[in-house]
Amino acid sequence: MIISVASGKGGTGKTTVATNLALSLESGVQLLDCDVEEPNCHLFLNPVIEETETVFTPVPEIDADKCTFCRKCVDICRFKVIAILGETILTFPELCHSCGGCMAICPEDAITETGRQLGVVEKGRLNNIDFVHGRLRVGEAMSPPLIKKVRSFARSDKINIIDAPPGTSCPVIAAMKDTDFVLMVTEPTPFGLHDLRLAVEAVRILGIPHGLVINRSDIGDSRVQAYAGRENLPILMEIPFDRRIAEAYSKGRSIVEEMPEWKEKFLKLYSQVEKLVE
Amino acid sequence: MRELVVLSGKGGTGKTSLTAAFASLAKNSVLCDADVDASDLHLLMAPEIKQRTDFKGGGIAVINPDQCTGCGLCMEVCRFDAVKEGFKVDEIECEGCGVCVDFCPEEAIDFPIKTCGEWYISETRFGPMVHARLGIAEENSGKLVVLVRQEAKKLAESKNIDLIITDGPPGIGCPVIASLGGATALIIVAEPTVSGLHDMERVAQLAANFKVPGMVCVNKADLNPEQAETIEKLAEKKNLSILGRIPFDPVFTESMIQGKNIIEYKNDSKISQVVREIWDRIMTSPAMNK
Repeated sequence: MIISVASGKGGTGKTTVATNLALSLESGVQLLDCDVEEPNCHLFLNPVIEETETVFTPVPEIDADKCTFCRKCVDICRFKVIAILGETILTFPELCHSCGGCMAICPEDAITETGRQLGVVEKGRLNNIDFVHGRLRVGEAMSPPLIKKVRSFARSDKINIIDAPPGTSCPVIAAMKDTDFVLMVTEPTPFGLHDLRLAVEAVRILGIPHGLVINRSDIGDSRVQAYAGRENLPILMEIPFDRRIAEAYSKGRSIVEEMPEWKEKFLKLYSQVEKLVE
Repeated sequence: MRELVVLSGKGGTGKTSLTAAFASLAKNSVLCDADVDASDLHLLMAPEIKQRTDFKGGGIAVINPDQCTGCGLCMEVCRFDAVKEGFKVDEIECEGCGVCVDFCPEEAIDFPIKTCGEWYISETRFGPMVHARLGIAEENSGKLVVLVRQEAKKLAESKNIDLIITDGPPGIGCPVIASLGGATALIIVAEPTVSGLHDMERVAQLAANFKVPGMVCVNKADLNPEQAETIEKLAEKKNLSILGRIPFDPVFTESMIQGKNIIEYKNDSKISQVVREIWDRIMTSPAMNK
């Protein structure tokens, strides 16, 4: 089982839901933090990191001695990575999407690949919860390959919880695609509703069953609830605004740590997801 | 021409609410929404769209079944597993590299440029605004961010407006990098939480790489004053100037529901006073007055 936690809008409580769900399930669960630009789950889980792996993406390296300046590599590259100025060949590896086209087309075998660092993947655990996250290198633009790397640690014998990045474009799609269920976390405000609609569209394109968690459910207005009703979106959980939760969060403490009675609610959330997946 | 870019690293810290309030205080500025992926600024601005233009992203591979002989070379050269069974291209997986197009011996693959969003020039009650909407599940967000910023600049020039206020996206990836280059100054809206601190540090590091001077304000500061102080200390260490603290106040949500910014909604409140002071500090800062 793979459950992704997504939202459209940032700061609605994805990390809160993902970490509290993992902490409530206690064992047989793996938390994969795919918000590689700004991973936060570790701040609430405090896992012991056991392994760190640096992740690279292939980029071209051109042997100037073999190059005949035929320009085939320049022409095939849609990302303007390679430029020829007279008898000088230049590469801009930070623009490369690692398609391998230049290497495949070069008639002189002058191109090999070297790596551009995308970031690191760290693996660890807290008691019986397995933990993996990616940390995008600051300055790196491309997050989907690192997200896919984190995703590759999903295990079929475990409940995998994925904390997705905000938005609706390629990084979120990389995090949600082919998961069994999407828990959409929103807040009942105009911004929350607007971005929820976009996120729902994205999930529908991917055809994944989904349900809603409304965080800070008593602030704002009732338009999110009305929207959920119209669109037949099941509301699986509501978390009211509670200054204790907000203050605990600010210190890196989870809801279930602060208020153990919530554990049962998160377990119930999981069993509802399980039913909807079947 | 000065451009002020509002970022945060972490989402939901209050970038858009503050940008809208700044628009109210600036009197004469061009607004630019660079959060093209999940833009919200228009919800407070009620923009009247004057000009609507398609955003052309990259190409996408389309295999023509009549010409395809099923040789399988496209599958072999595609590193993104985008060519699926029956020689159909998975649009979501297709990276737009066009390698299959160049290698197909039958020239059976087209590479049409895809429309992957729209961008707009609008009028608002605070002046002109440039904004956009990236299509769902699309790529090229960085390219669209660069485009809206360029258009905002052009618009400011043509209208003789000296200031652009840009609402940035969350994170530190492609669209954020595209929001930063060439900006005059950066406002980082942080929140006093462990994640707010963590994320602000990463975006501050990115800003330093781009050599854009930064200023920090802490929103919802009273939720954890100690953490607010930690953020301010870190800001100082990173040579970011400190703009002040905004207390947590449900009035932000109330004004959002009314489709207004905080200055319009409760001009005489304490919160509005704090936001005004922050704005004055921004506009009198050395970074904005070079």
